[in-house]
Amino acid sequence: MRIDGKGRVDRSRPVTITFDGRKLPAYKGDTLASALIANDVRVVGRSFKYHRPRGILTAGSEEPNALVEVIGHANQTPNTRATVQEVFEGLVAQSQNRWPSLAFDVMAVNDLAAPFLSAGFYYKTFMWPRRFWEGIYEPLIRRAAGLGRLSGKHDEGVYEKAWAHCDLLVIGSGPAGLMAALTAGRAGADVILCEETAEVGGRLLSDDGQIDGAPAENWVDLAVAELASLPNVRVMVRTTVTGAYDDGTFGALERVGLHRRPRPNLPRECFWRIVARRSILAAGALERGIAFENNDRPGIMMASALGTFLNRYGVVPGREVTLFGNNDSTRLTARCLMAAGVSVAAIIDARADAPDEAGTTVHKGAVVIGTRGRMGLREIAVRKGSTEFRVATDVLGISGGWNPTVHLTCHMNGRPQWSPDLAAFVPSGGAIPGMLVAGAANGTFSTHGCLAAGAQAARVSLTALDRVAPDVALPQAEDAPYRIAPLWAVPGTGRAWLDFANDVTVKDVALSAQEGFASVEHMKRYTTQGMAPDQGKNSSVAALAVLADATGRGIPETGTTTFRPPYTPVSIAAMGAGARAEGFAPQRFLTSDQASRDRGAPMIEAGLWYRPSYFPKPGETTWRQACDREVTMVRTSVGVADVSTLGKIDIQGRDAGRFLDFVYTNTFSTLPVGRVRYGLMLREDGHVLDDGTTTRLAEDHWLMTTTTAAAGLVMRHLDFVHQAFCASMDVRFISVTEHWAQFAVAGPGARDLLASALGRAPGLPFMGVQAVTIQGVPGRLFRISFSGEEGYEIAVPARYGEALFRDLTARAETMGGGLYGMEALNVLRIEKGFITHAEIHGRTTAFDIGMDRMVSAKKDCIGKAAAARPGMVGAGRDQLVGLKPLTDTPITAGAHLFVQGTAITRENDQGYVTSVGYSPTLASWLGLAFLQNGRARHGETIRLVDHLRKVDVLCSVTDPVFHDSEGAKLRA
Amino acid sequence: MPDLIAKPALGTAAVTIAATTLAEAALTTITAIAPYPGGEAAVTRALHPMGLAFPAPNTARTAGNATLVWTGRAQAFLIGAPPPADLTAAVTDQSDAWVTLTLSGPQARATLSRLVPLDLRHATSGQAFRSALNHMPLILIVDGPEAFRLMTFRSMARTAWAEVSHALTLIGARSALG
Repeated sequence: MRIDGKGRVDRSRPVTITFDGRKLPAYKGDTLASALIANDVRVVGRSFKYHRPRGILTAGSEEPNALVEVIGHANQTPNTRATVQEVFEGLVAQSQNRWPSLAFDVMAVNDLAAPFLSAGFYYKTFMWPRRFWEGIYEPLIRRAAGLGRLSGKHDEGVYEKAWAHCDLLVIGSGPAGLMAALTAGRAGADVILCEETAEVGGRLLSDDGQIDGAPAENWVDLAVAELASLPNVRVMVRTTVTGAYDDGTFGALERVGLHRRPRPNLPRECFWRIVARRSILAAGALERGIAFENNDRPGIMMASALGTFLNRYGVVPGREVTLFGNNDSTRLTARCLMAAGVSVAAIIDARADAPDEAGTTVHKGAVVIGTRGRMGLREIAVRKGSTEFRVATDVLGISGGWNPTVHLTCHMNGRPQWSPDLAAFVPSGGAIPGMLVAGAANGTFSTHGCLAAGAQAARVSLTALDRVAPDVALPQAEDAPYRIAPLWAVPGTGRAWLDFANDVTVKDVALSAQEGFASVEHMKRYTTQGMAPDQGKNSSVAALAVLADATGRGIPETGTTTFRPPYTPVSIAAMGAGARAEGFAPQRFLTSDQASRDRGAPMIEAGLWYRPSYFPKPGETTWRQACDREVTMVRTSVGVADVSTLGKIDIQGRDAGRFLDFVYTNTFSTLPVGRVRYGLMLREDGHVLDDGTTTRLAEDHWLMTTTTAAAGLVMRHLDFVHQAFCASMDVRFISVTEHWAQFAVAGPGARDLLASALGRAPGLPFMGVQAVTIQGVPGRLFRISFSGEEGYEIAVPARYGEALFRDLTARAETMGGGLYGMEALNVLRIEKGFITHAEIHGRTTAFDIGMDRMVSAKKDCIGKAAAARPGMVGAGRDQLVGLKPLTDTPITAGAHLFVQGTAITRENDQGYVTSVGYSPTLASWLGLAFLQNGRARHGETIRLVDHLRKVDVLCSVTDPVFHDSEGAKLRA
Repeated sequence: MPDLIAKPALGTAAVTIAATTLAEAALTTITAIAPYPGGEAAVTRALHPMGLAFPAPNTARTAGNATLVWTGRAQAFLIGAPPPADLTAAVTDQSDAWVTLTLSGPQARATLSRLVPLDLRHATSGQAFRSALNHMPLILIVDGPEAFRLMTFRSMARTAWAEVSHALTLIGARSALG
């Protein structure tokens, strides 16, 4: 219910939300949780395992129970914490993990079967019989697993990723964080202050305290106004710092649009990577519970959450409040509630020496031992010494003490230290380079202590940043000591919950220890404690204390499990912002792209490039028809293809020839100016890295060509070789791949086509180059061929690429030729036995591909020594051969080869097929393959088997060059 | 005069969102200049008449229409003017290898913070960086605190435009919230 005059919600701006189909009134500034409490909704979810009715436990991002699905126009976001989701007009949310409804959930039968569903149940039950696993157990577990549901559609929401840089990152904006930001901001440092909730202030807004004799929120308002006036301070609300990484880098998730009606182009979330020279963790502390029988009823929540709901949102979850604790925090809550006119029936304080409290009864040395009210708390049972009595109450606020939020300090392998005084873990110093921890996160719990610690952390940080710390007067605030007597679990026989989200009880932890899973890491995995969306924020310390008790060790000896990022759940959509669909990787387009698409060419991806697959003509219904036609066209007439994707590296310098001799297996320094040579490059381990042609344009000027796939790789390799082995050489190189548009013109008509385009006959020998001017544009003409026909490649600056491509296409078509795509290009090179990276795939040597004679004996080169190692040459190697099926049957790349009559087993494997294509020239399927000792086996019949695609064909082993093996056409 | 039509990488009209403008720069001359070992001083002498000198890492200098920008180890790009004839260095035409986008206005830095991991809080004219524009190679030239030149591979121009304009669009939607 609402309490008049309390809270910071805007009562002038009512909004209507929908929860489980019910329309509910709320105010701007409410969270979904506070709106539900205002409307007396008690059950908001069902627990994971036993499907027990659950209510709101906390008021923050650590909430384990109130997880809901938020339904958007085009998306459904599961596991949204109702305590984090802010309301807006039209917000639609529904409860999850229940069927058919929240009030009646069929799966609640699990709760009755609880004795059989103890920790380790899964591991013991689903092990046998083994054949049940796939058919029965797995589907069963999959159906029961998970909490919320996704829409099943693509998430087309807008997300953002961003970088930010600052001198000082302050994480948390309670008294410590605010004081730190003010101090550093006044000194002129670039400060980013991150606050997880919608408003700066932290517990100053929740506790109804005083600063400088006035309500603390007044001081917060002044501080916010001052920070807003400082241009060097950036306050980021709704931003959770989720991880601490190397070099002062932090991950942070900002809720940008989740708290308002969707707007076009407004991101839902932004994932920030913040790089800070220094950081101050002022993330506060989380209140923890006390385990007792049936402590999970709706209506039982953290005492501090009651304060937050009352003071920030003006709501209380019931009429008759009881508090149970082992420290003084319950007093603060009781005073707030009573001052707001809420009845506090009693304070149950486990400490025998607990102080009295005016206005209510304090039961000292007492504990809660049970509760009643399945769909909402009605009554609690209390034991005080040897007497037991009942208290009628609909709200029970619990405080088992406070756990400093140490998480970020542990993200780089730091371990927190146990403080017996606080009965809590506190951060170890220096766990994150450059980070200081201040305030409650460091175990300082008074407001005065937090303000002072924040100011001090800022001063130390400013000194480290070479800035002068200003004199900042500390405002006056309470400085009460923290008094606690540890109590983790009330002894009893019933189920007492530790981890609400994953339904882990005190008994489960004890059972884990009893069954030998006594290490805290083993206990976690055995019981699933701490493995739910809240990652144990509400339960881990209590669970390990119970484990320590069960194993007879102390808490520090038991230790904690590992804290890993993210601190709170981060949607994958935010981390992958922009990477959906074509955003996944850059797209590279040829200058001829539009011209190819104009002709209906389907584009295929070659690395990042988009290249035309084939150019369909009217009447052609399959790609094969187009491909066969294009192959025949090149063999009989003339074809034009865009080959600009091949890597081009401009190499200059007096030592360029020497450098090339070192990176290529064959000799280049002897190549005359104006000539082109084919070269083979090895990796340091002796395997083939790449192949291509290199041209000598002038005495000290060369142009290297690489394959499309290895363009970047070769550039990197050259840089490495240059810097590591030849740094003193007079050689410089740079990629010119993008500068030149280059087109292959191939076929018996190639010379005529070029003559018409150039206005003169090219007059160029095979493997020659010349500078040309084509229609007024200076370019380069190479006579090289990847098709086996008389072939040329003409290069012009990319700005003229499209125009030249269209021009060459038109000329080819008037000659009866035309464009050919990647499919035809592939068949042409298979017919000719030319290799691509299908063959030089990283595990083949120059010997394997029949090019061992290209490794010059007269000089050294990268990879030469390694290529001569035993096992790298000889009859035992799989060697490149051609394959021709004996029947007119398709063959497949990826198939394996076997000797006829042998069993088709791995041991009998003789090799594998790398490339196949249908050759219209030879009217046969052709393949390239690696066959053991293959060069000595030409003429043999071998069995090709592809189990995946059900192919089993006998093939003749041949030389890999099927077409024009003398190269007469090439050199014509 | 060539008979072939020269085309820019994009040919896209400029967009302005939140008073910040993304545009494609006109095609110009870009020449890579890579001095040989010990040759930087000679290159500087040759560039002197243009009012330029071989740049230190992460710097760019503009004189008249020409900008000389550091682009890597022993490498600089001369943009907007032909190189001097008497240059002793590896000289390579890069004019058509790059698409240049200009981004200027009050949200330029915020937009770049979505795409580029650099700390541009104190960006001033004369700075230049080799970095990454999301997954694309980037040469970033700072022409002023709110004015940037972004150069990436010509073949990636469409992706670069899509990603920068998308980032700017989202910034615009945020700015509209006030």
